[in-house]
Amino acid sequence: MLLITCPWCGPRDEIEFRWGGESHIRRPTLQSSPQDEEWADYLFYRKNPKGLHRERWVHEAGCGQWFNIARDTVSHEIVEVYRMGEAHGQAERGKRP
Amino acid sequence: MNWYSGLNLIAQGLRGHRGWEPAWRSATPKPRYDVIIVGGGGHGLATAYYLARNHGVTNVAVIEKGWIGGGNSGRNTTVIRSNYYYRESADLYEFSLKLYERLARELNYNIMFSQRGMIVTAHSRHDMELSARWAGAMRRNGVDTDMLDVSEIADRVPALNVSPRARFPVVGGFVQKRAGTARHDAVVWGYARAASALGVDIVEGCEVKGFVRSPSGSVVGIETSMGRIVADKVGMAVAGHSSVLAGMAGFRLPVTSYALQAFVSEPLKPALDTVVLSLATGMYISQSDKGGLVIGGGLDRYSSYAQRGNAPVIRDVVGSVAEQFPPFRRVRLLRHWAGIVDVVPDSSPVIGETPVPGLYLNCGWGTGGFKAIPVGGWTLAHHIATGTPHPVARPFQLERFKTGALIDEAAASGIAH
Repeated sequence: MLLITCPWCGPRDEIEFRWGGESHIRRPTLQSSPQDEEWADYLFYRKNPKGLHRERWVHEAGCGQWFNIARDTVSHEIVEVYRMGEAHGQAERGKRP
Repeated sequence: MNWYSGLNLIAQGLRGHRGWEPAWRSATPKPRYDVIIVGGGGHGLATAYYLARNHGVTNVAVIEKGWIGGGNSGRNTTVIRSNYYYRESADLYEFSLKLYERLARELNYNIMFSQRGMIVTAHSRHDMELSARWAGAMRRNGVDTDMLDVSEIADRVPALNVSPRARFPVVGGFVQKRAGTARHDAVVWGYARAASALGVDIVEGCEVKGFVRSPSGSVVGIETSMGRIVADKVGMAVAGHSSVLAGMAGFRLPVTSYALQAFVSEPLKPALDTVVLSLATGMYISQSDKGGLVIGGGLDRYSSYAQRGNAPVIRDVVGSVAEQFPPFRRVRLLRHWAGIVDVVPDSSPVIGETPVPGLYLNCGWGTGGFKAIPVGGWTLAHHIATGTPHPVARPFQLERFKTGALIDEAAASGIAH
């Protein structure tokens, strides 16, 4: 069971949240006339790391806000929570915020 | 290798069962192979077996980090079916089902494949429309199926609550009669034994640390915890760890790894002689030959490499069983576990080449890899041996994520992917 600290509402049970996948993915700009590889990379290809993962969550049953979490995908330990647009820290696996 | 038969069982019995040999040779790796398969689960072992049997490539090693049958092959819910929506999928999974139908005889190993049928239950008018569309697609694809009304389902599954006053009233459904369950351990052990008998080396407790690359960049071997092993070609069938291995070879995959939970109850007298999947809850259930109820449901909805599940999914799945099967409400669970599954955006597998020459890939089966073990092995072996995709695997190339020719079973069929 995850206890997730929403940046707006504080610590809540994981059932209030929905996972939104990898964070910090850049959409190809149309000015750069992206090729099929770039679109495929943006739409489908993911880091899917075994270890620290920066990912988006939404507090669906609460404030409805999206935010970022750095979480270890093996231990499920949440090492960092930060708002959309905020610079993230240098979270490393095994270190607490 | 001992031949398994009734006569041999009696003969061995008269000698106190002291003449049985291990089912497969325990091998230490040679310095060089024609083909190395990374991953000693069902798909990896089947690939090695069909390389030897169908293509005469016997200088093959299967490299397994843990032990045979210790990963997803021993963690699934053993359902075999081919009730998919698109023709490409139907061809693939039907090929697999047909191989399963004669697998016990071919491998000389009782995989206990029981074609007890699988019933999908509909709980609303919308579910019924979905079911009719799904069953219609199956028939168009040449896979036999029958629509069922409530009374037929009630007769077939007396434990299911079909009452109009139920939380999930049943209004109908459909059945694939040739679907069923098999003993999952027996499938991997059977393939391991048959592959070993054909000369394949099965190496357990050997972890891959990296790939050996030629000056031109192609894969020509692997670095392992037991040292370097050279090979002409390397295949990988590592399910939830596909992204990790791809990372070692320097490319990414359209894969996300999730935990998928399963449950087994204490043994009961025979109470359920088919597989049931509910469209309302995504819960599915069957009864094993030992009497345990084998239960599954949806994924834990965030990425994970931990082989354990979260509490909300346990509550949902067990709650569904209690609600839909009132006689099972007081049955206790015996075990509960999770496997790490490799989910791709269109819920269809990837079988074929990778961006790196010399490295071949079998992944993306997501929550449904067990049923596809024979076809996954057959088609990857074909691709490795001949250099071209097997006809049924041709639509399932990695290339499709670039060309856009997705086979979107997730959106099409309503199955618990």
